[in-house]
This record gives sequence, C-alpha cells and structure tokens, in this order.
Amino acid sequence: MKPKTLFDKIWDGHVVRSIEDGPDVLYIDLHYIHEVTSPQAFNGLKERGIQVFRPGKTFATADHNIPTKDQHLQIRDELSRTQVERLSENCRKHGIELFGLNHPKNGIVHVIGPELGYTLPGMTIVCGDSHTSTHGAFGTIAFGIGTSEVEMVLATQCILQPKPKKMRITINGNLHKGVTSKDIIMYIISEISTGGATGYFVEYCGSVIKSLSMEARMTICNMSIEMGARGGLIAPDETTFDYMKQLPSLPGIADLESSVNQWKKLKSDPDASFDRELEFDASSINPMITYGTNPGMGMAIDESIPIAENKNKEASSSYLKSLDYMGFRPGMKLLGHAIDYVFIGSCTNGRIEDFRAFAQIIRGRKKAANVTALIVPGSKKVEEQMAAEGLIEIYINAGFKVRQPGCSSCLAMNDDKIPEGKYAVSTSNRNFEGRQGPGARTILASPLTAAAAAITGRISDPREFMNEENNLKL
Amino acid sequence: MPKVKFSILESTCVPLPFENVDTDQIIPARFLSATSREGFGDNLFRDWRYTKTGEKNSEFVLNNPKFRGKVLVAGKNFGSGSSREHAVWAIFDYGFRAVVSSFFADIFMNNSLNNGLLPIVIPEELLIKLQELIQKNPATKVKIDIEKQTFTIIPTKDSIRFAINPYKKECLLKGLDDIDFLLSMKNAITGYEINKSFVK
Ligand code: SF4
Repeated sequence: MKPKTLFDKIWDGHVVRSIEDGPDVLYIDLHYIHEVTSPQAFNGLKERGIQVFRPGKTFATADHNIPTKDQHLQIRDELSRTQVERLSENCRKHGIELFGLNHPKNGIVHVIGPELGYTLPGMTIVCGDSHTSTHGAFGTIAFGIGTSEVEMVLATQCILQPKPKKMRITINGNLHKGVTSKDIIMYIISEISTGGATGYFVEYCGSVIKSLSMEARMTICNMSIEMGARGGLIAPDETTFDYMKQLPSLPGIADLESSVNQWKKLKSDPDASFDRELEFDASSINPMITYGTNPGMGMAIDESIPIAENKNKEASSSYLKSLDYMGFRPGMKLLGHAIDYVFIGSCTNGRIEDFRAFAQIIRGRKKAANVTALIVPGSKKVEEQMAAEGLIEIYINAGFKVRQPGCSSCLAMNDDKIPEGKYAVSTSNRNFEGRQGPGARTILASPLTAAAAAITGRISDPREFMNEENNLKL
Repeated sequence: MPKVKFSILESTCVPLPFENVDTDQIIPARFLSATSREGFGDNLFRDWRYTKTGEKNSEFVLNNPKFRGKVLVAGKNFGSGSSREHAVWAIFDYGFRAVVSSFFADIFMNNSLNNGLLPIVIPEELLIKLQELIQKNPATKVKIDIEKQTFTIIPTKDSIRFAINPYKKECLLKGLDDIDFLLSMKNAITGYEINKSFVK
C-alpha cells in the first residue's frame, strides 16, 4: 500500500464520496458552534423547513461577544444579547447541547472542546471560527468554516471540501530558556509569512514538538491559520494519551484502553510524502514580538524592525501603512518602548499553563503604574483552577484584576476594547488593524513576554525575569 | 444561499491596492452582531471608509465617485484571518460580484464561492498593470466569462484563463446550491455512518 500521511489517513477515512473534478463530501465527527457565526445557518434550515441532522454531534457555547464582567446580569448590548438568546433558542429547538453564558462549563470554544473531552484523536472537527485548527493538537483534522458550511454540517453532518495539499514542519534542536510554544509558532509565521502555508494542511513534527505539553501544542496548532494553513495537526503520543486519561470525563468513549490502542495508529507512515517540507532549528528561536499589523510581521524581541526591501510599490506602501498605523518606523528597536495595556487570554494563550507561567514572573512583583491589564481565563474551568492554585491571589497582589471567561479583547466585540492609539501587548493571535478596538495597536507575544511588559510598563525581555526554577516549558 | 446565476460580467472596477487585507478590515468584529445576512454592505471596510467621527473619509476609494463597478480589484493575499462569512456578505451586499487578486486566503475563497461571489486569481504582474490602468482611467472595463473561464481587460485585450473548480463553476452557472446537493446524498451519508471505519 502507498504510504500515507496522518492527514491522508484521517481525511480518506471521512470521505463519503469524491465528486469527479470537484470537492470531497467529507463527514464531520464533531461540530462546535457559537453565537456569532451560527444564526444565519439556523435561518437557512428554517427556510428549508429542515431539522438538524445529527444534533448529538454539535455542541454550542457563547464566547465571542459576551461581557467579562457581571456575567450574571443581562447583557447590556442589545445586538449581542439577541445573538446569545438566539443561540439558546436554536439549541433548544434542535436539541443541541449548549454551554452558554453562566453554564459551569462555559468558555471559549477551542478551550472547552478539549478540556471537556469532546475533542478526540482521529476526528474531523469543524467550527465557524478559523482557530478551530487548535484541536489539531490531538491528531485531528480540525479547521474553520464559513456560515454556509455551518449550515451544511447542521443539515447533513457533511461539508464539501477540496482536499488541501500537505506540508510538514519539523522543529528539532534545543529551545532556549524563555522561549515558549507561542514564540515557536510566531517565529515560523515570521519566516514564511501570513500566506506561506495557504492551500496546505500542516503536520508539526520533530523532537521539540514531542517535548511540548498538550496546552503548548494547542498554541502551535491554533496559530496555523495565521500563516494561511487550513489547519495544523500533531500525531498523538503518550503526552496526548496521558492528557486524555486525566480528564474528568470523555463523553464519546466507552473503553479508553481500546481507544488508546486505536489512536496509536494515528501517525504518518515513515515514507509518506508531503507536498512541501520545512525544517527549523529551535536554537535560532528567541522570544518573539510583532511590530506590524499581521502576524507575519514578527521579530525576536531584541531585533530592529526590518527596513522593507522595495519589491514593488504595492508591497512597500502596504508595509509603510502598517508601520504607520503602529506608530513605528523601519529600523526602530522596540525594547523599552512604553505600552499601555496587557491582555492575557484567548484561545491561543488562555489555558491554565499560560496563567501559571504569567504568575511565575508576576509573583512577588507589582504591575507598572501605566499598565492596565486584562486577565481573562479561557473557560470557567480554567478560572476555577486559577483560584484553586492561588494564581488569582498572586495577580491581585500584583495589582491586576481578573475577569470572567470569554474571547474578550482578542476581538473586542464586547466592552473590552483597547482605546485608539494605545499599545497592547497581547497573548492573542491577531494584530490586525482595529482587531482589539478601532485604532488599537497590538503587539503579539507569549505570556512570559506579556508578564515582563506588565511589570515594567515597557516592551521587555522576559529572560531577564527568569531564574532556574521558572524555566517552564509551555 | 442567494441562488444567483452568473455567467458573463462586464464592468468597471474599484481598485484597492493593499496587500494582506484581512477580514477584520473588510468587516470589523463589532458589526458582526446581526442574526441575518442582509445589510452588511453598509459596514464594508468600515474603519477605512469613515473617519473616527463617523464622516465619510473622502480619501478612501469607495467614497471616490470616480471609481464604480461590480469588480473589486484587491492586492495580494486578500481575505486572510477570521473565517467570518460576513466579509463576503458585506462585499456582495455592497454590490460587488467578483474580486480579483493575485492570491486569496483559503476560507475566504470557499466562502465567496458559496455566496455567488467570484474570486479570480490573476498573475501578480497583470494585477499591478490593471491597478495602474484603473488609476489612470477609471472607465477601464474588464470582462469575466465563467463558461470560458476568461478574464479580459477590455481596452488592452490582456486576457487570461482563470482556474475554477468544475463543480463550483457548474454551481455558479446554474445557480445551484451545495446544501440541496448534500441533502440529495442523505442515503450515502447514512450508509457511511453505518460502515465507518476508524481511519483508512
Ligand atoms: S479567543 Fe479570539 S481567536 Fe479565539 S475563538 Fe475567540 S475571538 Fe476567535
């Protein structure tokens, strides 16, 4: 038999039918929905007079536009309230399980899916949200879809999808202290640009990936979309199985041991071929920050902003427009640049490990007076863990406030907006113009770099705050 | 889905010569709180189109009466970022029927085709040439023929054959709908569920 990649194995196992010269009809094992990208899909079902085909395979949460303060009160913004209410109605009408606002299991869709044990190796998973790629950390084909496709899945549990090409990214070597999974993925994106993996599905391999925790792997897969990839995945291994075993429940699993035996088959054959192969050496990676308005515009924290080479007029005017928006100039160094906000959270870095890492640096210190910090857990469960481990106390002693779970300042659909012209060091995934509020200036970074910025009030090297004990792997 | 049929389009163009225009620019997140598909065109490129005080920004191309048309000529890597289909609804609702670029993000491409908006990939040199032509003469027209898969700049007769998935082409030409197609496959889908193996 022809050797296959992990991606091929899962994809081929889910093709209901291949249309000649057309896309595949792909069966979807698990579908997550949220309030913002689902209402029009349910309207479509209504117009067609049909019900959800397999309601037991769709799970819902409210996360994108919900407030992170006083969640027990009615949502003030009328449109957001309508969306959240519409989601509840639709779930009730169609028999879909909902982890809505104030539900003890509520949280960001890509944080709760894994922690509630719904995301399982070998699955096909979709959601009307581009960061669905996060779930690839478990050895799944998981990717974001548009609302028309949400409607397809609700109606038939399938979507029409052309099969993407395959890329393998291998990272070997030794990681420096203070370099986290966020830095690894930001480094890769800065190397290959925001369109560098467009058309591909990426498999991440190598000794560095093997050594990472599940949370760190999720951070890597999460940002696959920021280099244009359809998604990213990592073959499941003992780290994955140990993670699954410690979960309080695995709703789809009757016998975990036999499932683990099946999951062990989930790997690329040794001779499988990829359409593109990239390799990176971990020792060339340093703590990263972005300086522009897309995640490809990233650099090591102590570097200077590149002087753009004038490829063509369009490219250089876009580059300068971007730096202008940020209030930066080509050639400038950003270390020591004053900042105004710090945001810790999102589906990229809103998991318990991220808050532990942040706390390691914050413990016993005080935040800078000029900094406003938003600390937003990715889920209720993360919030509970933070409280149980005493992290919230550490934050409060340092002068921070902790909010309630949600997407919050990652896309600023609620009140958590960064004011115009202000600089925010953010652990989220997008530094697009206006992403964190109209005119907001986002600098993406790891939780460690964000912690260093919170203490000093400036862009600072996290390595200066680290000692032997807090050499965390995340 | 809007069941619009689409075969030949001849139109002037609106130029937007920036690289990496993401869906947050096309439609900012704060306008996503609607529960229907209509009306997003008003907020298309909102933060470029209006000043902070809510007035029209006369420097932005959509506010320049010189440039009109059903074809948006964008820069390289258009539509990256969020999977929000609202971006496509906004472009369609505003009145565009095709977007031209040298490179599109994947999800944006799918979303466009699922809504009767045609994304056309042309070589970078031609894109730059077209941008310049439109700037010089806003009356420059292009012709798009889906049946023949050709994209032609009428005054210069530059013409290329663009790629489109044959299935999607059929859908556009006939105004067919993916969901009707999938619904017609229910038996095959149920059959798959019964015989599903773990991996292949
Ligand atoms: S946290 Fe940000 S990126 Fe993640 S799902 Fe929410 S809005 Fe999207």
